[in-house]
Amino acid sequence: MAGGNPSGWLARAADSDVWWSFKSSSLTVAAAVTTLAIFALAFLSPVLAPHTPFDPATLSLSDGLKPPVLLSPDGDWSFPLGTDEQGRDLLSSIMYGTRLSLVVGLASVVVAMVIGITLGLVSGYLGGTVDAVIMRIADVQLTFPAILVALLIDGVVRTVISVQRHDEIALFVIVGAIGLSFWVSYARTVRGSVMVEKGKEYVQAARVIGLSPVLIMVRHVLPNVTGPVLVIATLNLGLAIITEATLSFLGVGLPPTEPSLGTLIRLGNEVLQSGDWWITVFPGVTLAVLVLAVNLLGDWLRDALNPKLR
Amino acid sequence: MATPSNNPPLLEVKNLRVEFPTRRGTLLAVDDVSFDIAPGEVLGVVGESGAGKSLTGNAIIGLLEPPGRIAAGEIRLEGRRIDNLPYEEMRKVRGARIGAIFQDPLTSLNPLYSVGRQLVETIQTHLPLSAADARRRALDLLKEVGIPGAETRIDHYPHQFSGGMRQRVVIALALCAGPRLIVADEPTTALDVSIQAQIIALLKGLCREHATAVMLVTHDMGVIAETADRVAVMYAGRIAEIGPVRDVVKQARHPYTKGLMGSIPSLGVRHDRLTQIDGTMPRLTEIPPGCAFNPRCTERGSRCLSERPELMSAGTSRAACWLHDRGGVGAPIVRETADA
Amino acid sequence: MPDCTTDGPIDGLGGGRFVRLTGLKRYFDVSAPWLVRALEGRPRQIVQAVDGIDIEIAKGETFSLVGESGCGKSTVARLVVGLYPPTAGSILFDGNDMARRRSQAETAALRRRMQMIFQDPYASLNPRWRVFDIIAEPIRAFDLSRDKADLEQRVGDLLRQVRLTPADGRKYPHEFSGGQRQRISIARALASEPEFLVCDEPTSALDVSVQAQILNLMVDLQRRLQLTYLFISHNLAVVYHISTRVGVMYLGRLVEVAPTDTLFRRPKHPYTRMLLDTIPDLEMTGRQRAPVAGEVPSPINPPSGCSFHPRCPFANERCKVERPKALPSEGGTVACHAIEEGRLAVEERSYDAGR
Repeated sequence: MAGGNPSGWLARAADSDVWWSFKSSSLTVAAAVTTLAIFALAFLSPVLAPHTPFDPATLSLSDGLKPPVLLSPDGDWSFPLGTDEQGRDLLSSIMYGTRLSLVVGLASVVVAMVIGITLGLVSGYLGGTVDAVIMRIADVQLTFPAILVALLIDGVVRTVISVQRHDEIALFVIVGAIGLSFWVSYARTVRGSVMVEKGKEYVQAARVIGLSPVLIMVRHVLPNVTGPVLVIATLNLGLAIITEATLSFLGVGLPPTEPSLGTLIRLGNEVLQSGDWWITVFPGVTLAVLVLAVNLLGDWLRDALNPKLR
Repeated sequence: MATPSNNPPLLEVKNLRVEFPTRRGTLLAVDDVSFDIAPGEVLGVVGESGAGKSLTGNAIIGLLEPPGRIAAGEIRLEGRRIDNLPYEEMRKVRGARIGAIFQDPLTSLNPLYSVGRQLVETIQTHLPLSAADARRRALDLLKEVGIPGAETRIDHYPHQFSGGMRQRVVIALALCAGPRLIVADEPTTALDVSIQAQIIALLKGLCREHATAVMLVTHDMGVIAETADRVAVMYAGRIAEIGPVRDVVKQARHPYTKGLMGSIPSLGVRHDRLTQIDGTMPRLTEIPPGCAFNPRCTERGSRCLSERPELMSAGTSRAACWLHDRGGVGAPIVRETADA
Repeated sequence: MPDCTTDGPIDGLGGGRFVRLTGLKRYFDVSAPWLVRALEGRPRQIVQAVDGIDIEIAKGETFSLVGESGCGKSTVARLVVGLYPPTAGSILFDGNDMARRRSQAETAALRRRMQMIFQDPYASLNPRWRVFDIIAEPIRAFDLSRDKADLEQRVGDLLRQVRLTPADGRKYPHEFSGGQRQRISIARALASEPEFLVCDEPTSALDVSVQAQILNLMVDLQRRLQLTYLFISHNLAVVYHISTRVGVMYLGRLVEVAPTDTLFRRPKHPYTRMLLDTIPDLEMTGRQRAPVAGEVPSPINPPSGCSFHPRCPFANERCKVERPKALPSEGGTVACHAIEEGRLAVEERSYDAGR
């Protein structure tokens, strides 16, 4: 496996088993291409999007509720996927919304990872009472669905602070809520890996030299748990995006002034009965494709990094 | 003791090649290996890890792990080809005609069933016996392999046995259907020295009584020396030397065998240094042309670099080395630094 | 401090008792968790891995510990380098009691002088690190190099010392064979310029021809660098080859200590004799080695008295109840009632000289 090393790492990466197993699975390549395309479209939306959907100055109600151009003669080529009732271009809304969903997803994965890895390292290396306490908390949290934990955290924050203030920091609240509801899987995996690595002789060799436990953790154990953590992070990214979408759909996520994919689906859902299906279907399809692609990547990564299956 | 010349061989292996297709090309793990085992004979197969000895054994019992496959050659048991049998038929041969013993007794036993049940099941698969008769036979087998209190132990589970006792159970399991050949792959490696001696004595005694031939695969020359009638020394997927065990130990003909024997610490005279063979066995991807041993050989000549030696007569043994050919090894080569 | 007394059995090697273990014990609690024990009414289970051993190692010698798996020899190795704290007893290293509290700098100075070589060449090197960084780690930890150039010089020298090349430092462990990895392991152990090396089965995972290379290397290094070895092995032939003195362990206790030749030519303890009987030797072609009855009992409930008595052909009533003391004998010690009472004569053994 190739690490992050300056000299010739590209050549080694191209020669590695992981790259080979990637190339030989066309489904994985398709998933990777899709993921990259969605990431690119989302993060380049300020440049690529045909409209800026959240600038009220550019909106015109006369453009409202236009159907997708290919499916109806009423379509307008400047709004390829149609518009909502306020005349916002759906394609641009989806691009901006995906960007927001990805930001929330990635940020909450990072939060969960930091909390989970730290607690997992501490738990696995120290063992004993500390380990027992951390793992029992993890067990208890696992008995609640992640979405419930996120709802709970969001609810608590809402009661504590005012509505305007909440809208301003909604992004951080939701990232924190999702992050806190997903740390358990990291902590458990890292703890397991630490217990395995801790017994290995190279860690004992470091102890004979007299390195401090913290240094041993950071220098020796951590690099060897990156594989499983990466797998969980990829699979969790999909889950985090879904969770955010669910929260936003339920109306407790991001405010409608900054719609993510989930918010778009909710807004579309409200007008679904009147036959304007595209407003909810296209964001929904985008969400499904994105999560499916990310999960396929995660599944492949798990198999590729598992030496037993190779 | 067996005399290979006047009996038809029990097992014939001819030009066996085992390959592993990988993305970097096909690896030849066993390369053109031929040998016979006579009825009742113990053939030791010795070599370093990666020499292809276990793969040869697995090929014979039909348990090569995919993607490994037999690419060429044939394996005959009592004159019948067994290397191309369909899986189901090979399974019958494996229990009834060939028994297998592996290094780790735990992997050969199912932890969920009592040893008696496993023995009875195996016996009934291969022999037409009633449940009561099969149990009686299982009990006899356990007694024969020296399990004290076999009457009660027969209903115990594998985890209730110690390592040595477990290996005895595995031997009983291999003997269930009265096979003609047992392939034993490192049967004593996982055991303590004092237990090793017990298991070897047991295996040897049982096989002599039942006239069962044994292919004993191990890296431990000591085990071979006191158990085998003949020994095949493998190096980089090929047989380097094969012959009566005493001759191979005392008068090795192949430079590799000589080095191997010298590197074993002995209780005779304490030498200051052990004989060592410099370098390491080449990886399967880097086997040199000519004789595979040539980069480490102290006696190589120009011929060794280009022409591959086949097994040829060398005293009472046969060795794959040009030293024993009338043409010799060719022009001597100045050894460049081949240290480490 | 007794470190400067020179009445040790092999004080000719200089330095007297360099390493001294006294009454060393290490017990492990392997009980089920408290709740399970309480519910099922099970008692605590304590493994007496090391149960009171005394060893003195002189400077420059190779002291070997042999025994079957589970006899506690690896635990002794880990106790000596401080991977486990002892349950009881003391470890004196060059006159310094390892259990004494001292400043960080003093502790580092002591630790620098003793290093360890491990058994498994595949687990003892961090797979994510380059060989250079693996070997440089002790140098950096003990702050032994002046600058980067000095560090590179040192690592290069160490690699050459174990017959690898400085260019090998850029590679990763998986690019090496088992024997080469063990060389890297040795280079790392030598990096802090230690005087005392604890070698835990350093060749058991290797093929014989590679084992010979590593053993020869260890002998060369010992001469060149005046190293003292504590060598742990289950392979008596290897021990015979490399040791100055040998200690035989059984169920956490030392049953016999003797200079190598005495131990192999005139073994005293019945367990030592049994072990010697089981050595597979090339000279035995066609002959049967004497199989020994019985197996090692569990160290959780070791037999009373002499723990070897259930397997010993010479055991009597006294052996079942009274634990034998280690009594001096021919430059070493033996813990056996039969020898002490003269019931068991010393046995002379010879081995075929050549092959």
